[in-house]
Amino acid sequence: MTLQPHRSKLTGWGRFPVVDGLVLKSEDLPAATEGATLSRGLGRSYGDSSLPAGADLPVADATLADRLLGFDPASGMLRAEAGASLFELNRVFLRRGWFVPVSPGTQFVTLGGMVASDVHGKNHHVDGCFGEHVRGLKLRVADGRIIECSDTAEQELFRATIGGMGLTGHILEVEFPMRQIPSPWIWGESQRIEDLDLMVAGLKEAAREWPMTVGWIDCLARGAKLGRGILMKGRWARADEAPKKPPPLKGRLRVPFQFPGIALCKPNMKAFNLAYYWKHIQRVRRGIVHPDAFFYPLDALDDWNLIYGRRGFTQYQCVLPHTDGNGPARRFLERFVSAGGMGFLCVIKDCGAEGKGMLSFPRPGISIAMDFPIHPTKTPALVDRLNELVIAEGGRIYLTKDTFTRPEHFRAMEPRLEAFNAVRRKWDTKVRIRSAQSVRLLGDPA
Amino acid sequence: MKAVLFGASKGMGRALARLMAARGDRLFLIGRTPEDLERSARDLEIRGAPTPVMTAFCDLLKPESFAPALDQAERELQGFDTVVVTAGMFAAQEEMETDPELAARVLAADFTGTVLFCEEARRRLLPTGGGTLCVFSSVAGERGRKPVILYGAAKAGLSKYLEGLDHKFRARGLRTVCVKPGFVKTGMTAGLKPPPMAGEPEAVARRVLRAIDRGRPEVYAPAAWRGVMCIIRNLPRFVMRKIEF
Repeated sequence: MTLQPHRSKLTGWGRFPVVDGLVLKSEDLPAATEGATLSRGLGRSYGDSSLPAGADLPVADATLADRLLGFDPASGMLRAEAGASLFELNRVFLRRGWFVPVSPGTQFVTLGGMVASDVHGKNHHVDGCFGEHVRGLKLRVADGRIIECSDTAEQELFRATIGGMGLTGHILEVEFPMRQIPSPWIWGESQRIEDLDLMVAGLKEAAREWPMTVGWIDCLARGAKLGRGILMKGRWARADEAPKKPPPLKGRLRVPFQFPGIALCKPNMKAFNLAYYWKHIQRVRRGIVHPDAFFYPLDALDDWNLIYGRRGFTQYQCVLPHTDGNGPARRFLERFVSAGGMGFLCVIKDCGAEGKGMLSFPRPGISIAMDFPIHPTKTPALVDRLNELVIAEGGRIYLTKDTFTRPEHFRAMEPRLEAFNAVRRKWDTKVRIRSAQSVRLLGDPA
Repeated sequence: MKAVLFGASKGMGRALARLMAARGDRLFLIGRTPEDLERSARDLEIRGAPTPVMTAFCDLLKPESFAPALDQAERELQGFDTVVVTAGMFAAQEEMETDPELAARVLAADFTGTVLFCEEARRRLLPTGGGTLCVFSSVAGERGRKPVILYGAAKAGLSKYLEGLDHKFRARGLRTVCVKPGFVKTGMTAGLKPPPMAGEPEAVARRVLRAIDRGRPEVYAPAAWRGVMCIIRNLPRFVMRKIEF
């Protein structure tokens, strides 16, 4: 029997926009991708990256293609189907003393998605993006062929696919080395920080000693308190300091329904940010931390995106190069507050070197990410103002989070786009493989 | 446990095989597509199944493939004590109404094929003292219902066959487990709109594995379907004629 597509409401994690799409879903990913114009995984990119360019353009859902195909305990090399989730990998490997070389802030992502977004994590300053560690990919390209690519075979295609938002072909299989860890627990230290200068200095200092760092900032604090927050540092606990038992599988709570819009009014956001900051009443905390609590704090709450209500939400994430100390980050936060921005969660991280992915997001500098509910007119205007600043500072945005950027703004911050497009056109002359995002930003036909 | 799994490369069979692998059961996979079985075998090995997980060809529509597949399993595992059948075919009622050939295939796979396969399995299990024969039927076999007339009829026959096996052979050590899944979100049901009580394959698999371990003759999964089907079984005909369920 040939695989029949079915209609399904598709959205990213931000629940905006919504497409009534045609979905091909099967354990057999090569079959599902045969007639598809895009592949998607667990739909954790925030905006329109995983949405088809049109309601009648079929998209392959890879989540049932989740088999592990080979694991070498000597080298840690793992090969798996692209729909395998990080949650599954953690469940299978964490207790045995293995972990992915790079993990994003949620484990509900597929390997294919991790490659397409070239995800980064708390260890970016040491280990770079996930793509740096990928040894090989099996890809179905636009003309239907299935190709194996790596740094030695079809290198151009390989590097365009890492961070290429799924626009170079359908990722079918991913190969990369898992990393051996001394115990499945984290030794963590967190510190309350009073302002932005101290936060950036803290991140830089921590980066020298700690393999994993990240900061949370209260994005509603202004003036002298601008940039205050919590700095988190961690490393894998040594076997002698870790509990003898492996970390228990944590129960998860579910957000039962879509919250009303009023839930995220300014006083509530202020209260949340204030509570989060002052919850950390001691200046410094140290100790053993559950890996889920360290890497994936928000995963404890299933469907937390429903908190943002009917209109959905977006995340804005950019990286700003260091030009004059903390100037760029300070100007960014000031602009955010002055443009009427109201954020719930704001994450700050110093990035390491740029990766091999042709369109990969991180570059040396400070990355700032913030979530906010969507307002039909105010949000696009806010994103415009932030993008103007990012362009002026010589930074760039993360496509995985983006919903509202204008194409001219994107082109202005992406001198690498030309080269990426050239590779794409070489493998896909008719631009068959495309997404709602590539129509919006790269000028693909709808 | 030494188990032969028929149809473990997809859906609920895949989820159940993974749970068995994680606790270290010895597994042998049989099914229609050799390369696909091989990939599943590697997956199960990485998840903890004792290596190597071997495979053999077996097709519900080719009864001549049953005996060789089970013979090979017997050789590789040096005897087995559990056989799980998750293989089966599904097609929409409307499609089968207009395509008699498709209807014939579904009926042959889900009833004749499955029953004949179980007969082969039973003949091998009984002489070694019994063991467990776990077969996936369906709640569709509980009542003649408009959306699943043909599929439901095949599954109804299968359920009754399994009940008979249980009555006749339980005393000789053969434990028959008839699984009646309600709506479960798998590749097979990807195109259908999930009802409120739709289950996830992994939760269903956990429930089924518990039933296998305890030798329960009948298990509904997800559990809520037991109550639902109790109501459906007792609805008067004039109601069944009216509703589209």
